[in-house]
Amino acid sequence: MKLNKPAKAGTYESNDIMIMLFPNPSLEIELESNVYETFGDQIKTLILSTLKEVGLEEVKVKAVDKGALDFTIRARLLTAIKRGVEHD
Amino acid sequence: MIRRSLLFIPGNNPGMIQSADVFNADGVIIDLEDSVSIDEKDSARILLKEAMQKLQYEHTEVLVRINPYDTAYYEQDFEVIKDLPIDAILLPKADSISIRDLDERLAKINSKIQILVLIETALGVEQVFDVLSSTKRCAGLMLGGEDLCVDLNCKRTKEGMELLYARTRVVNAAKALKKTVIDTPFTDTLDEEGLKKDAMFAKGLGFDGKASINPRQIEIINEVFSPTKLDIEEAIMVMEAKRQADEKGLGVFSLNGKMVDLPIIKRAERIITTAKKIGLIKEEE
Repeated sequence: MKLNKPAKAGTYESNDIMIMLFPNPSLEIELESNVYETFGDQIKTLILSTLKEVGLEEVKVKAVDKGALDFTIRARLLTAIKRGVEHD
Repeated sequence: MIRRSLLFIPGNNPGMIQSADVFNADGVIIDLEDSVSIDEKDSARILLKEAMQKLQYEHTEVLVRINPYDTAYYEQDFEVIKDLPIDAILLPKADSISIRDLDERLAKINSKIQILVLIETALGVEQVFDVLSSTKRCAGLMLGGEDLCVDLNCKRTKEGMELLYARTRVVNAAKALKKTVIDTPFTDTLDEEGLKKDAMFAKGLGFDGKASINPRQIEIINEVFSPTKLDIEEAIMVMEAKRQADEKGLGVFSLNGKMVDLPIIKRAERIITTAKKIGLIKEEE
């Protein structure tokens, strides 16, 4: 799978996460979270496994987490991917 | 199934979705329609799918309001929710054509998902009996006062006289078919007295419950649509008197000087059933 354009999904509201995707030569994750120390690794692992699941590797993920649960992180990431692979 | 209170939750709001079980509503309606902007329809659909695969609601029924039949989003909504563990679909702007289509789609996949219809057009009000009776899958209806008033070209007021015809008509159709009938939300979330008055009026007309757009309305709605302590005490007395009359072989009997006949017994049975379901009396009582 290939990202055709930058895309984003989510919000900066509490319990949500803003996911921004950019086409990139390699996989890169930049995470900002108010629970980074406790859940940072877990969130990154979830993002990685979701990207692997859809087969997307050439992407930079910028995520701003506001305390989102796993289902929300997955949903926002999948939405951003869907938007990013769509052609205009 | 008790449906005193049905709470609308915006379909693209993860905080509300993950907390849906704690508001004490008998049911939550995760909304993909009016509360989700056109640009976020895809996001809400994916969020709903992921949430339903992960979350388990123990204390509340889950309904999903999809987008109307005549929009481009209807089919996309259906494709996502058809396999999710939800109890019912709330079909907006329902009429004879749209309910037939939704029922056929669900029947094709042997789904057990029920349909509740949202009656919110003048045509829907006029077709309500046919819509409700068109399929066994249709468990009941909700009246949508705001959109109906737009269709009627009249102002929506707190007193609600403009909805009187629609309210009485939908109640009669639903009761004739023994289906659930839910009243329209009271939209001023700061007016608790107004909410209580409106809910009591709806209950007086025969509604089984009321929709809500804010969790803070749930307590009042549940209270209004629950049997009172006096209702329960009287119902227990009626059923005890009936038991004694049955033992004596009496068909008709009186209680406190008043004759007790079948409608009074049915009402007492209904009150006790409801009271048991919502835990106001224990099962063994």
